[in-house]
Amino acid sequence: MSIYLDHASTTPLRREALEAMLPYLSEHWGNPSSIHHSGRRARQGLDEARESVAMLLGAKPREIVFTSGGTESDNLAISGVAWAASARGRHIVTTAIEHKAVLQECALLGRHGFDVTYVGVDGDGLVDPEAVAAAINERTVLVSVMAANNEVGTVQPVAEIGSICRARRVAFHVDAVQAAPFLPIDVNAWQADVVSISGHKLYGPKGIGALFVRQGTAMVPLLQGGAQERQRRAGTENVAAAVGLATAFALAADEAMLTAESSRLSGLRDALLAGLTVIPGVHRTGHATQRLPNSASVVIDGIEGGDLVAALDLEGIEASTGSACTTGSVEPSHVLLAMGIDAERARGSLRLTLGRENTEADVVATIDAVERGVARLRAAAPAREPAEAPAAMSAAPSV
Amino acid sequence: MSRIVAAMSGGVDSSVAAALVAGGTPDEVVGVWMRTHPFGGEGWEAKRSCCSPDAADDARRVAQILGIPFFVLNVEDAFGARVIDAFADAYLQGATPNPCQACNQYIKFDELLRRGLAAYGADQVATGHYARIDRIDGRWRLLRALDANKDQTYFLWVLTQEQLAATRFPLGQLSKPQVREMATQLGLPTADKPESQEICFVPAGDYRALLEERRGYAGEPGPILDAGGTRVGTHSGYAHYTVGQRHGLGVALGEAVYVREIRPASNTVVVGARDEIAQAQFTVRGRHFVAGEPPAERFEARVRIRHRAPDVACTVSLLGADGLLVETAEPVWAPAPGQGAVLYDGDECLGGGRIAHHDAAAAA
Repeated sequence: MSIYLDHASTTPLRREALEAMLPYLSEHWGNPSSIHHSGRRARQGLDEARESVAMLLGAKPREIVFTSGGTESDNLAISGVAWAASARGRHIVTTAIEHKAVLQECALLGRHGFDVTYVGVDGDGLVDPEAVAAAINERTVLVSVMAANNEVGTVQPVAEIGSICRARRVAFHVDAVQAAPFLPIDVNAWQADVVSISGHKLYGPKGIGALFVRQGTAMVPLLQGGAQERQRRAGTENVAAAVGLATAFALAADEAMLTAESSRLSGLRDALLAGLTVIPGVHRTGHATQRLPNSASVVIDGIEGGDLVAALDLEGIEASTGSACTTGSVEPSHVLLAMGIDAERARGSLRLTLGRENTEADVVATIDAVERGVARLRAAAPAREPAEAPAAMSAAPSV
Repeated sequence: MSRIVAAMSGGVDSSVAAALVAGGTPDEVVGVWMRTHPFGGEGWEAKRSCCSPDAADDARRVAQILGIPFFVLNVEDAFGARVIDAFADAYLQGATPNPCQACNQYIKFDELLRRGLAAYGADQVATGHYARIDRIDGRWRLLRALDANKDQTYFLWVLTQEQLAATRFPLGQLSKPQVREMATQLGLPTADKPESQEICFVPAGDYRALLEERRGYAGEPGPILDAGGTRVGTHSGYAHYTVGQRHGLGVALGEAVYVREIRPASNTVVVGARDEIAQAQFTVRGRHFVAGEPPAERFEARVRIRHRAPDVACTVSLLGADGLLVETAEPVWAPAPGQGAVLYDGDECLGGGRIAHHDAAAAA
């Protein structure tokens, strides 16, 4: 039995969500846009899912758009709002540590006449709301800041940023994909206009996400060809997945409210971080306390993160380097670089993200396996051994 | 039970090698594809080599079919420095590079063995090379493949005792048609893949762009001289030529001429007629013996100076700290500085060295 510590990548579909979905994959197979009975029955499931998600976010059902996932939610939020407001101005403010679904969409707009300001972060990965305020100008139409970072787990002061945006009358998007399973979300407390969430990060199915779009926020759709989702997202709705998302999100929100489960997770997280950082050359990344309860991330001197992840996997421990999903890439993480970690050190990144099924025994076994794996990898790569290779050596080619 | 890393390039040979260790032994097998280049950029999709994303897809599919775990090992840094840059530098030194041998020496049997075995906790690496390993008189021996047509020992002479001890060549007893047949029987998607011939990081065989890109060498025209020192033409830059080359010289002397020597310091290319560039004696540097020691101070052997060239009888003498003097029974055609001179005793690959420049030969 393996120990799964990669919940920021995806989570297993929980039984309740699967059971809620099954009728919509079998008897209730209608198209929710149809007039007839089969259509109406499917529509009921979709409407109920929408109501449930709206309630969990403090929103109205009409403000929820179902999408194909977190990436589409982010893309739609950025491009949809920016193009709709493009007559007023063409400036976007975001941060250097956003998910690529935000950053690459902003970069795309940058090639189509928009200016994008990327606000930096401090060494813990925290965004300074004052820096966001300073980046806003009279042409700014959108600010996009994530609620919690997917690589290092740092939780951002989105409510403060939201109040700045509200005062400056600029639309505010929050990527809450990672935060949704753990933090109570209230779109009004955040003063957010657009909020992204994803099904499979909170024990729901893959292929489904949701986007809160505050009433009155103009949005241009990405997909054309139908009036679904109030003309914001054409295409026959994925009813079963929407039901699964709604069910899983409700259960996750319940659990997030339970201090017992939250403190259980943060206890495991702190034990992981403490155990890992006593290994020489292992450094915590992200904020010490202002971080997701399930997220422990480190950089390890003298190793390649991907090698350690493979080594751990062969011992039955599933982890991640935390950065880009590209096969075998060693591109240093943009998040770690933005936090001021040098490219060489950033290559040794390891991200362990806990979940419902993890136990204290998992933490103990993982720390032990990391310690052994790191020792083995360092012994095999003497040139990169931290004791013999001071930081200055990182610039020298390994010839 | 031990754990074996199967190096999988996405080609048919390494696919079958992985299948043989996965199916034929009680050992646990882990498939590993080495990423040598960053993906993306112009022409990636078109490249049909072991460095392409398509190759990674093929390797992964084969691993899935064999039911073994599959990982990607990133070796971009080492490959860039030890294979690509070394390739460019060889040309800049007027020598002929040997990238396949460098890839074996520094990537497959160093980076993968050292780092890979640590990461995957394995004991041995299996590759799809056509060669055999045996233990004779207490030493690991590198032997030619049974299929002489496919034998790859010319690229493996650099292996050490330590490396051989940790290596398996499951294809050493097989012929290429047998390997394809096995791939077909196993239903591997790589069964009908064409042979890769060109150098994986030099698309369409044109390395001039690479010299400019990696080392800023654009080439400056210079003289082409004949053996007597008479200028017979103009070249585009000495590094664009290689010893033994015939085409692209633009020299019309009534008979075919070949590059005989390249002199980087004076940007000069020297040509000669066919019989002028054969030699019965040359020296090598960086001598290496697979068994750890030379058979004798002076010994009889057979030598091969390029892949697939016939090997010829020779007498080998140790020369200085790391050199060898090779005297062949009959002249060999165009020994090219930088290329391996690989020594054999029957089926056994004894080792070899890199052919030295003419001036080095004269100085020795």
